[in-house]
Amino acid sequence: MEKIKKTVKSIALLSSELISSGNLEKINIMEVCGTHTMSIARYGLSQLLPSSINLISGPGCPVCVTPSKDIDTIIEIIRKYRLTVFTFGDMIRVPGTFSSLSAEKTAGADIHVCYSPADSVDFAEKNPGKNVMFIAIGFETTIPLTSVIIKNAFNKKLKNFFIFSTHKIIPPALEALLADKQIKVNGLLLPGHVSAIIGVNPYRFIASEYQIPSVISGFGPEDILISVRMILKQLKNTRFSVENCYKGAVKEEGNPYALSLIDEVFQTDDSIWRGLGLIPSSGMKLKDKFSHFDAGKIFPVNVSSFNDPKGCSCGDILKGLKKPTDCILFASKCRPDSPIGPCMVSSEGTCAAYFKYLRTK
Amino acid sequence: MKEKDEYILISHGDGGIKTQELVEKIISKYIKNPVLDRFEDSAILHGCRQKLAFTTDSFVIDPIFFPGGDIGKLSVCGTINDLAASGAVPKYMSLSLILEEGLSLNSLEKIMKSIKLALSEAEADVLVVAGDTKVVNRGSADKIYINTSGIGIISQSRELSPSRIMPGDRIILTGSVADHGIAVLSSRKEFNFKTKLKSDCAPLNNLILESLSCSKNIHAARDATRGGLARVLIELARSSKHDFHINSSKIPVKKEARAICDFLGMDPLYIANEGKMVIFVTESDSRKVLDTVRKNRYGKDAEIIGFVEQKGSGNVILETVLGTNRILDLHYSEQLPRIC
Repeated sequence: MEKIKKTVKSIALLSSELISSGNLEKINIMEVCGTHTMSIARYGLSQLLPSSINLISGPGCPVCVTPSKDIDTIIEIIRKYRLTVFTFGDMIRVPGTFSSLSAEKTAGADIHVCYSPADSVDFAEKNPGKNVMFIAIGFETTIPLTSVIIKNAFNKKLKNFFIFSTHKIIPPALEALLADKQIKVNGLLLPGHVSAIIGVNPYRFIASEYQIPSVISGFGPEDILISVRMILKQLKNTRFSVENCYKGAVKEEGNPYALSLIDEVFQTDDSIWRGLGLIPSSGMKLKDKFSHFDAGKIFPVNVSSFNDPKGCSCGDILKGLKKPTDCILFASKCRPDSPIGPCMVSSEGTCAAYFKYLRTK
Repeated sequence: MKEKDEYILISHGDGGIKTQELVEKIISKYIKNPVLDRFEDSAILHGCRQKLAFTTDSFVIDPIFFPGGDIGKLSVCGTINDLAASGAVPKYMSLSLILEEGLSLNSLEKIMKSIKLALSEAEADVLVVAGDTKVVNRGSADKIYINTSGIGIISQSRELSPSRIMPGDRIILTGSVADHGIAVLSSRKEFNFKTKLKSDCAPLNNLILESLSCSKNIHAARDATRGGLARVLIELARSSKHDFHINSSKIPVKKEARAICDFLGMDPLYIANEGKMVIFVTESDSRKVLDTVRKNRYGKDAEIIGFVEQKGSGNVILETVLGTNRILDLHYSEQLPRIC
């Protein structure tokens, strides 16, 4: 508790110095990872920070950034080819254009919520008469798991197992956000879990090309506060770098074994992010050797809905350019029980948090 | 016990000899009493001139056997606790079984034994006076569903109701949260958690009666089941139109339950319990009631977790371990394990 109080005090001091120096009106710090967002909300951390610091929830929750097009395609595949589907639970409530996996399950589709991707391969092996599709979702943290099950399915020569890859990688998305000249993000809290896999180097461009401070942070309230202080110190000294404040889990070079698994099975591909649009080389597709497991290829469907609904301002909200209340969909068409953009899909996303706050006022 | 290969057949539900055998050999064997033994269409009950409490609940849990209990124990404790939360002494219960073709008779007998044991653990002379058994085709139900209804008697002087919650009331929680939900989740086949955690499933009728005997100033009680402690507090705050201030560091959560919750990205406050009450009592009587609750075998870890604010509009304000506040809100959908 004492340590936290001390950190909070020095954050207040640093931020008032920064504001009074006249270079900044507000200090916008983006936490990239959804688990940071949850921790900030759970511990009420923004109450401990001065009002000049504005925490923005970034694109770091994989289900939130999955576009309607992917959901629509998955649903069309299930409807047309009657596949048995395995998915993580979070995915089933993400809205597509006309339906969601949860609605399809209610309507009779064979959809299993699983906790380990390996369950889907086991099921396929035991049920050779059924075509089984695993919805592979997540960032660098879950891509190695999918790589393992693909290798297993390959070794077992399974003919009835497929994946639909919505895997995405973080650095290109950060680059796309920062490339916007209007961007008002002054610092980044980088995701601890993803960094445990990829290490520190992929983030170097944040400081070298964009002169923005960033800190790889753990998930406890104390870790996050210390990381915020490190960002403020970099801003004060105008010396920008990627600092690693999660050394217990994150090594400079990341996890070479996990990276080699990813490299063996996947290659980068362009990918659409809900709220951010198409980002080059930010997705992951199977390499040619494994492409016979690619459900998107084996089970072709026509899906006409390509874009997210008109009016969604999540992209600008993620860049710190707009507030949720500036969005025409906010609290009217886009609500926590019927979310449209990623900031509302996640229960702790910026828009969901605003909605909750306004309603309780 | 039955042979290993005996199972529920469709003919066990056809009203013929097989049905009679099933009822006699496995069901009535464990819940015999003079009212039920008449096998009449209705139970005729006497001595009901007092105020009555009446409740019903259905149980559909998966898996049906879990550490610390099973669907049978749950179906007895759930209904007894609903009656207890109204300040009623449980008297009569009904028991309806919906059995899936293929359920093993061993499992059914194990469940009936556990129902008998739970009734005796309640130490309250509760009689099962009505019952029914149906069998459905394989696939039309998941092994066994149970419905129980209960009637209890309320002493004229006692009234427990959210509408009586007053500013200044202290909020007592009778023990650790999340044990039941996490024990059940851990025993599902898709998880491989090895945990010593057991469901807290227990009859709390005497815990409430003892509290009511020691204080006339208990205003409300509620068992914190589905949706966990958070849901109960949110519902009561809304219906009483007062703000509740809850100190999160006072809420008992077992280390193991917290670790599994952290791992799965779940919040223990939203996880189901089957043996925990939340009691609202005036500040002056709160210590006395807390001591009484702690003397009961199911209330050893009870704590005063918060109080009812003077002002407010029905919010639950949770003070975090850092001293910051946040508003507890209902989840919009089921809590699901996170994926990153």
